[in-house]
Amino acid sequence: MLCIIFFLPVWHVAMGSISDPLKVASTSGLYLKPLGKATLGGYKLIMQNSTILRAYGNTIIYVVASTALGLFLNILAAYVMSTKGLLFGKPFALFIVFTMIFSGGLVPTFMVVNKLGLMDTRWALIIPGALSAYNIIIMRTSFAGVPGEMLDAAKIDGASEIKVLTKIILPVSKSIIAVIVLFYAVQHWNAWFNAALYLQKARNLYPLQLTLREIVLQSTENSIIADADGQDVMIFRPLIKYATIMISTIPMMALYPFVQKYFVTGVMIGSVKG
Amino acid sequence: MKSTKPTNYVKTPFGQRLKRDFKNHWQMYLLALPVIAYFLIFSYAPMFGVFMAFEKYQIKKGIFGSTIVGLANFRRFFMSPFFWRLLRNTLLISLYGLLFSFPLPIIFALCLNEVRNKKFKKTVQTISYLPYFISVVVVVSILFDFGKANGLITNIATFFGWDGGAVISSSKWFRTLYIGSNLWQHLGYNSIIFISALATVDPTLYEAAKIDGAGRWKQTLHVTLPGIAPTIIVLLILRLGQIMGVGYEKIILMYGPSTYETADVISSYVYRVGILDADYGYSTAVNLFNSVVNMVILCIANFISRKVNETSIW
Repeated sequence: MLCIIFFLPVWHVAMGSISDPLKVASTSGLYLKPLGKATLGGYKLIMQNSTILRAYGNTIIYVVASTALGLFLNILAAYVMSTKGLLFGKPFALFIVFTMIFSGGLVPTFMVVNKLGLMDTRWALIIPGALSAYNIIIMRTSFAGVPGEMLDAAKIDGASEIKVLTKIILPVSKSIIAVIVLFYAVQHWNAWFNAALYLQKARNLYPLQLTLREIVLQSTENSIIADADGQDVMIFRPLIKYATIMISTIPMMALYPFVQKYFVTGVMIGSVKG
Repeated sequence: MKSTKPTNYVKTPFGQRLKRDFKNHWQMYLLALPVIAYFLIFSYAPMFGVFMAFEKYQIKKGIFGSTIVGLANFRRFFMSPFFWRLLRNTLLISLYGLLFSFPLPIIFALCLNEVRNKKFKKTVQTISYLPYFISVVVVVSILFDFGKANGLITNIATFFGWDGGAVISSSKWFRTLYIGSNLWQHLGYNSIIFISALATVDPTLYEAAKIDGAGRWKQTLHVTLPGIAPTIIVLLILRLGQIMGVGYEKIILMYGPSTYETADVISSYVYRVGILDADYGYSTAVNLFNSVVNMVILCIANFISRKVNETSIW
């Protein structure tokens, strides 16, 4: 019963996306099966639509670049935090944790990004928000679980601290790295707000979620899909809406079964120490 | 490299310790450098930027050149006709949210715990996490679809005697839709921690309860619930600590002028005034007020958590 509730809205959209467009416009309520003859017309229009395709490409760039940057910094921070005996270990930890408790807020952050000249560039979506203190803490907890004897042995053998990280800690931490990648990737895939904030003039840099917002929530469909043939587009409008929702959600859904196990582990580590 | 844990730290003077620490760990500090730089720029610089709250900030003059106006921005906010509405909406959305979205994951976890069929249990769990991966934009899109004039939720509401048209643009329905969709999205995710807490309850306690003649319900009441009580208390305290922190992302997507009355919260107001109306100093003041209250509540919550359970978040 609960399962049905969790699944139903997704099903509704999936069915809506392949229904007969004229029937969708005139029918209310829930779609349990395609209305009328099933059609892929909505998807076809999307595939011809340069705005949506470009947004899709943009999102992939942002997810990959931002996750890579975030993961890199995240590993460094977690390694330093998990190392015992550093004179500045505690201040460093405080320095990071404090960012979780207090933030300058929306407008001052906006000003900083503005001053750095990142406005209306891809960097504005890649750099700010790439690193999260919360994920550092999760990774730190996991790194701290690597047996100290292993590290000491390596150091006695003359391994430098950077070598210890790359040769010992990283190879045994594959699952936590998967968790963190998952957390960052999902976050960036679904992000829209920073784009709305920092890309005020550069519409061609919009990620998929922001384009989706415009299509579905701000009913500016016409401007977005103006490059397609007029009459067809008007009829297919509702389908484009559903189909865009589907193509923006499917990658995460497809990924999910594979990463499910890691996901649960990550949430658990996070909640124990978070 | 030398041993990293000298035992005579206490006796050596600070300067010497500093020198040795850097000699032993210079690579560590090198690694820390990019992270420090990142947080300095994107977290600490904005914190410094809250001085805007005390200024009549103008972009051209910058933070050092703008006129300082003291607490005028704060006074303006407290005197504003929106102040009470924003405070009320923020607290109500938080409290109602807590009322529903806190106990339900626990109940869900308890129900799952009673399911004996492993495979079925696993499937239900998997499906229940699924909505967590869906983006806010998509969730709100579906909400608009269900809440439009002839949408599913509106139809159901009309069946029960509602006659106000599309529920999505009615201020009476905003909280219900907001909290309901949050629940849909996060129920499974929030239950993970309780499910894992349930797994740690000692099975021998159940055996003992069975011998004493306790049925399923009695077992739940006297064994399971006390077993996960510490987890529940800690999470509850933490949730209470975030009571003023209603995020803006979903609100901004969902609300409109017709629903401001119940939907507008402090953070969404900051966005509207600060970014859309470019009233920088004032909106920073509003935000600062919110952050400070948040921080105080969080510290109190953490303090209580430490007292009650010897568990704290830092």
